[in-house]
Amino acid sequence: MNWRAVIIALVVTVPVVLLLGYGMTQDPRAIPSPLPGKAAPTFTLAAMKPPASGTAADRDTIRLSAYRGQVVVLNFYASWCLACRDEHATLSQAATEFKGKPVHFFGVMYNDTEDALRQYIQQMGGQTYPTLVDPGAKVAINYGLYGVPETFFIGPDGRVAYKQVGPVTSQVLTTEIDSLLASVPAAAPTPLRDAPAATRPGP
Amino acid sequence: MRRRLLALALGGLLATATAPPPAAALDTALPGGAQAPTTAPVSGGPLSGPALDEAVRGVAAQLRCPICQGLSIEDSPSEIAQQMRAVIRDSLAAGRTPDEVKAYFVSKYGEWILLSPEPHGFNLAVYLLPAAALLGGVLVIGLAVRRWIRPAPTGAEAGAPDPTATSRS
Repeated sequence: MNWRAVIIALVVTVPVVLLLGYGMTQDPRAIPSPLPGKAAPTFTLAAMKPPASGTAADRDTIRLSAYRGQVVVLNFYASWCLACRDEHATLSQAATEFKGKPVHFFGVMYNDTEDALRQYIQQMGGQTYPTLVDPGAKVAINYGLYGVPETFFIGPDGRVAYKQVGPVTSQVLTTEIDSLLASVPAAAPTPLRDAPAATRPGP
Repeated sequence: MRRRLLALALGGLLATATAPPPAAALDTALPGGAQAPTTAPVSGGPLSGPALDEAVRGVAAQLRCPICQGLSIEDSPSEIAQQMRAVIRDSLAAGRTPDEVKAYFVSKYGEWILLSPEPHGFNLAVYLLPAAALLGGVLVIGLAVRRWIRPAPTGAEAGAPDPTATSRS
């Protein structure tokens, strides 16, 4: 046997086979996010109001920085997103369960219209937390969003602790929130809400 | 001399492989100034008109559309691609350099967002492996050709027994 030829063939083929094997273990659709562990991008967004009181002038403004020291669950969703329907009730239920604790849920409208979203919320039986309007998807891009639903768990230190791609389950919500609540200071500050004003994120 | 050249080449390769990404890549501030808490100083001159259009196209062509299959945000007609182009335009108009804008998107989406990965670290394999494979192929072909064109050894050269010598003994 020509051992030299065998060794050369192995040196060439083994790394290629190993590389292909490694590639088979990876999900080509999974995009690793660099955000977890980093400071959550701040934003100031107007909250969408239900139709009864929904005028541009009386919207609450939500500033992420006002929730420092508390846990924030930020869920990007849209009325046209089928997977968002799977998690809607779970999120609403969790927001109710964690009421009174330093945990705040916010939905963020992603490439949708307020009318379509109001109709969607009505169809889904309501929503127990506010939805924020993100014109131009600037906040979505700032969070590195590449689809909906995506949910970000922001800890009391203002860092993104975890990013959930796809519908969030009650188990993930409980595990992540409980873990973050453990690091909340004893007397968490009350969030500051700005006076109602027409505000938008943007340059 | 040969050894020195080889050492220099290897040293250069190692330095490139271990060098950190450019400082601009660490800037996570939002271009365009949209709610950026830690806005980095604007380092380029503001662009406008056709120069701005050209620069937007240049940056957009290097970034991957997050919801498409292998399309740049320049080529994609999707809504998110349009919105990303708007962010690029705002940022460049505000005076940020194309590298800073790319670094912003990398800080949000990771290097995945770049259609061509930066040539450092493990990414170097993408650039070096094809060249190495080509070099290897040329070497193999060269050796094979040399073997084919080499004249066939004569009987005496190949160490064949000399019939005359045998009859003498």
